[in-house]
Amino acid sequence: MIATRMLPALGFAPRADRLVERNIMNYRRTWIVLVSGFFEPLFYLLGIGFGIGALVGNVTGPDGHAISYGAFVAPGLLASSAMNGAIYDSTFNIFFKLRYAKTYDAILSTPLGINDIAVGEITWALIRGTLYAIGFLAVMVVLGLVQSPWVILALPAAMLIGFAFAAVGMAATTWVRSWTDFDYIFVVTLPLFLFSSTFYPLSVYPEPLRTIVSITPLSRCIDLLRSLALGELSPVLLVDVAYLLVMGGVGLWVVSRRLDKLLLK
Amino acid sequence: MTTAQPIAAPASPEFAPDRPGVPEAARESLIRARGLTKKFAEFVAVDAIDFDVAPGESFGFLGPNGAGKTSTMRMIGCVSPITGGVLSVLGMNPAHDAALIKGRIGVVPQQDTLDMELTVRENLIIYGRYFDLSRREAGRRADDLLEFVQLTDRAKSTVESLSGGMKRRLTIARSLVNEPDLLLLDEPTTGLDPQARHLLWDRLYRLKQQGVTLVLTTHYMDEAEQLCDRLVVMDKAHIVAEGSPRELIDQYSTKEVLELRFPVGVLETLGTELDGLAERIERLPDRVLLYADDGEAAAAAAHARGLRPETVLVRRSSLEDVFLRLTGRSLIE
Ligand SMILES: Nc1ncnc2c1ncn2[C@@H]1O[C@H](COP(=O)(O)OP(=O)(O)OP(=O)(O)O)[C@@H](O)[C@H]1O
Ligand SMILES: [Mg+2]
Repeated sequence: MIATRMLPALGFAPRADRLVERNIMNYRRTWIVLVSGFFEPLFYLLGIGFGIGALVGNVTGPDGHAISYGAFVAPGLLASSAMNGAIYDSTFNIFFKLRYAKTYDAILSTPLGINDIAVGEITWALIRGTLYAIGFLAVMVVLGLVQSPWVILALPAAMLIGFAFAAVGMAATTWVRSWTDFDYIFVVTLPLFLFSSTFYPLSVYPEPLRTIVSITPLSRCIDLLRSLALGELSPVLLVDVAYLLVMGGVGLWVVSRRLDKLLLK
Repeated sequence: MTTAQPIAAPASPEFAPDRPGVPEAARESLIRARGLTKKFAEFVAVDAIDFDVAPGESFGFLGPNGAGKTSTMRMIGCVSPITGGVLSVLGMNPAHDAALIKGRIGVVPQQDTLDMELTVRENLIIYGRYFDLSRREAGRRADDLLEFVQLTDRAKSTVESLSGGMKRRLTIARSLVNEPDLLLLDEPTTGLDPQARHLLWDRLYRLKQQGVTLVLTTHYMDEAEQLCDRLVVMDKAHIVAEGSPRELIDQYSTKEVLELRFPVGVLETLGTELDGLAERIERLPDRVLLYADDGEAAAAAAHARGLRPETVLVRRSSLEDVFLRLTGRSLIE
């Protein structure tokens, strides 16, 4: 909870930690729901990493060395699950509280403000995603899929991915009017998951498709995590980090603007 | 305040407002609105209203659907920016000091906004936490408040499993968790059965005794008469009258009202037969109201004219009559 304790220093969202506390209170009773978020990427890893991996054998890593398909696909799955977890939390759950349960209307009658809600909810998505990432990384270590000590940086990187997608997901949710509108969000996230080099390297794409895919957000996330997991550090990673920071910052700004418009009429 | 001349000591500040010569701005009001306006796009929901609420007072907004009561309450509660005019709450400006103001007020919104994902007791605890109470203090107040609204045995229930009246009581308990100086109640008892309403009135009365300032909206004149020291009648975004329930009745109605009900179809055939029987006559779809200081005398006069209503009722004037007079409409449609 260090992250939320530090939030008051930000000043503009001094009570964001109360939202996190509310969510912890809620999930204390329904923690089993949280566990499923851990198993989903794990099943992908076992099914695809080992199942398909047995067919594929070794693949050529970014630096030209041969690596097992499991070691190649695991960071991609970690990035994808960080994205999916953040999106899931910041869409369905937020929509329910925003449009049905009127949770935020109640909260706004207390000293909390719009920024506390925006930062608090995104922080919660981030915390949840971090727990999953820790679990997933532990499994990677146990299964011997880790190639480099730099993988330790995959944890903050996964948190950054969670932040960027939670902020954008929550921003998108403020425009959602009914449950069926969520289809539009998944029309975006499913192709990202399938085509952003999660399962194969970007080099399979011809130009200019390769360049186009490489600037989509999940591709940047996978580039970041795969490079760290395989120990291939390069200045490009800083670009990835900056990309995600900007994405999350813009998302957060949009969330604040939109919630203000929706809730303080 | 210390003074060299004890005999000439000025009245304590809270009485200063009543002394002549004190400028308007110096008067101490908990809420002060001047030309307060709320527009939704081009639609004017609250049109330049003026009112003051004094500390310890219980103040009501009485009005039909769409009058602008909720819009006004939301502006006072700092969750709706004002479109025009001046509004000060607890001496502060909602546009700049929302967090400070909200820290000292309690809000019961028109529609319950309880946290559906938490239990009854958790609802109160987390609300206390939003107001920066320690966990321990929030827990203590939650237990006291559950007792106060008689929900102790439902502490562990989910909110969904509560009846409408229980939810309303929980919402009121929630609004008290920060021990507010000012309580905003938007139709606190709408939809409750008489017993639940009386329980709530009793609880609100006790709070008033403890010095909490109450501001409430209602459709019910009995509620307004029970709870309000002073009220304003709102209609179509305007305040059309202001005073204590008694003053309003004295000013806008007669002492008594004679209600005549006629068999179906007869009412429409009545022409001039009623003229002159009372100071004022209101024809409602199902009955005629004759406003007269002596209802019995009016009833006798009607009988003498050969009118044979199905039922004859003489009653005292109520705020309902005031409302009818001011707006030409019934309060409860
Ligand atoms: N968010 C909004 N957008 C547009 N119009 C609104 C909005 N909120 C209220 N209004 C309009 O403003 C007017 C006043 O509404 P308000 O809710 O203040 O009335 P009210 O006196 O509380 O009525 P009721 O007794 O039904 O609760 C209504 O005509 C309503 O349609
Ligand atoms: Mg209303």
